[in-house]
Amino acid sequence: MTKAAPRARRTRRRLRAVLVRLATSLLVIWGAATVSFAALQLTPGSVADALVGTSIVSPQVKAQIIADYGLDRPVLTQYLSYLGMVVRGDLGHSYQLNESVGTAIWAQLGASLQLTAAGMGLALVLATVLALLTAKRSRWIRGVSSGAELVGTSVPIFWVGILLLTVFSFQLGWFPAAGGDGLGGLILPAISMALPVTALLAQVMREGLERALDEPFVLTARARGMSDAAVRLRHALRHALLPVITLAGWLFGLLLGAMVVIEQVFSRQGLGTLMLGAVTGKDLPVVMGVVLLTASVYVVINTLLDLLYLVIDPRLREAT
Amino acid sequence: MTAVTLRAPARERPGIRPGVWAASITLALIVLAAVAPGLLTHGAPHESDALMALQPPGDGHPFGTDAIGRDVFTRIVYGARQSLLAGVGATVLAVSAGTLLGLLAALGGRVADEIIMRLTDVTLSLPTLLLALLVLTITGPGTLNSIYAIALYTMPSYTRLVRVQTMVIRRSGYVEAATSLGLTRAWIVLRHILPNAFAPLLVLATIEVGTALVAASSLSFLGLGARPPAPEWGAMLAGGRDYFSVAWWVAVFPGVAVTLTVLSITVVGRALQRRLEGRG
Repeated sequence: MTKAAPRARRTRRRLRAVLVRLATSLLVIWGAATVSFAALQLTPGSVADALVGTSIVSPQVKAQIIADYGLDRPVLTQYLSYLGMVVRGDLGHSYQLNESVGTAIWAQLGASLQLTAAGMGLALVLATVLALLTAKRSRWIRGVSSGAELVGTSVPIFWVGILLLTVFSFQLGWFPAAGGDGLGGLILPAISMALPVTALLAQVMREGLERALDEPFVLTARARGMSDAAVRLRHALRHALLPVITLAGWLFGLLLGAMVVIEQVFSRQGLGTLMLGAVTGKDLPVVMGVVLLTASVYVVINTLLDLLYLVIDPRLREAT
Repeated sequence: MTAVTLRAPARERPGIRPGVWAASITLALIVLAAVAPGLLTHGAPHESDALMALQPPGDGHPFGTDAIGRDVFTRIVYGARQSLLAGVGATVLAVSAGTLLGLLAALGGRVADEIIMRLTDVTLSLPTLLLALLVLTITGPGTLNSIYAIALYTMPSYTRLVRVQTMVIRRSGYVEAATSLGLTRAWIVLRHILPNAFAPLLVLATIEVGTALVAASSLSFLGLGARPPAPEWGAMLAGGRDYFSVAWWVAVFPGVAVTLTVLSITVVGRALQRRLEGRG
């Protein structure tokens, strides 16, 4: 069908797909901003009270705060100016930290990126190895590994962290128990983060591998005298990666949630700690800032993944 | 389900797998602990004995005692109610609201469909735990609020499922037949569409109870759900943090409880799923 279509029409169709994608992304970010703004308005008590916090201030000071933040304007005006700020990349001012939300997030971003990247990288490597080793093996190997994966997906992530901490930091003293900036401090948090993700990915990848290993092209490769390892690595693995990409956006959300919890278990700095402090301190601009940022990153990741599909699976380049 | 079931005589129906049996028994025990904790333990969850603080597992205290001498086993047994309630409560809320929205999207015309589905898309594209944190910033921490927060972000998947199911069922022969018989719209939805959309919904919900339970205990661990004196598994782990270096049992057993519960829910849920899909 697509082969018959003239080149111009195909290009137009692809352009349209990209545009729809972009529009949806904008809608998502706009939605997130609106939800955030609504959240601010819905907070019990006035915004000015939240700004003042528990300290007792004179009516004059309160009036000053209201004027500073433009809280005396109609809700619609506030909403529009808030949207304007978001468009300009200005996330507002933290109630608690006395600095802009952007600065606060920027300061914590590095630590969180380090943690999530280490966790994700570890999970990808482990899951690939596990899937390659266990796909289409004897019954009991698969039984043991799928049992382990089931446990891995059921274990609460904070408990994994606590267990690792108890064994390797408190009992054996191999790693620092709290904080830890260097590599030594990153190992246990990364492992706890990787475990549930590994379990999930290994399941999906093994299924993909097993499907791929049933394909005729695998038989052809084997008939050419290719070794089993080479068949798995060179031919089947690429197919097993496709479903992983589909999951990646969802994994990103999982990792972010895990990040909040793991930073607490290991007393680490990062976005999670920043956000948790903001939640308990009712510091909405910071909470909204982190949510908006992650929503935007999510949109970017999903768009990139759509492109990555084309790289991994050349068949799709023709089809779109 | 009282109708005569026609079964192909040659089709073999394999028995329930041993793993599923084990999971069902574990789950039954946990439910028993939630309903009647007094049957499994004689102690009281808040009963403390300073002289018996941080005793390792042994006589009288199978899982040891915590920092103020409360029996860990008793607290875990009593914690089952809170954890199950949070998991089931959040799921029931999410399923009800999701079903309503899904039906509305499928049957309420184009505008309703667009609005509901775009809202669903937005919710789905926000990281789940962060969305819960956003909700809890507004409502403040607490057990009930954390249940609402979890329900809010699990709802979209049910909305989607019900919408799709409804759209498929609406075009089926029996709905057409019911329509031509002159039955009212509400009757058709209640008697024909909902029951048929419900089976896959139930399976998804069963598995999701485990996820919601972990989420609730995570929030408690972060200090945003159930508060420390309450015997909640996540809160117990948070409360015992300072003693993990000297008393491993305070750190280990509440987590075992969460894991076993989620594991058995998942295994039972998947068995249901296989049944539904006719895979054994």
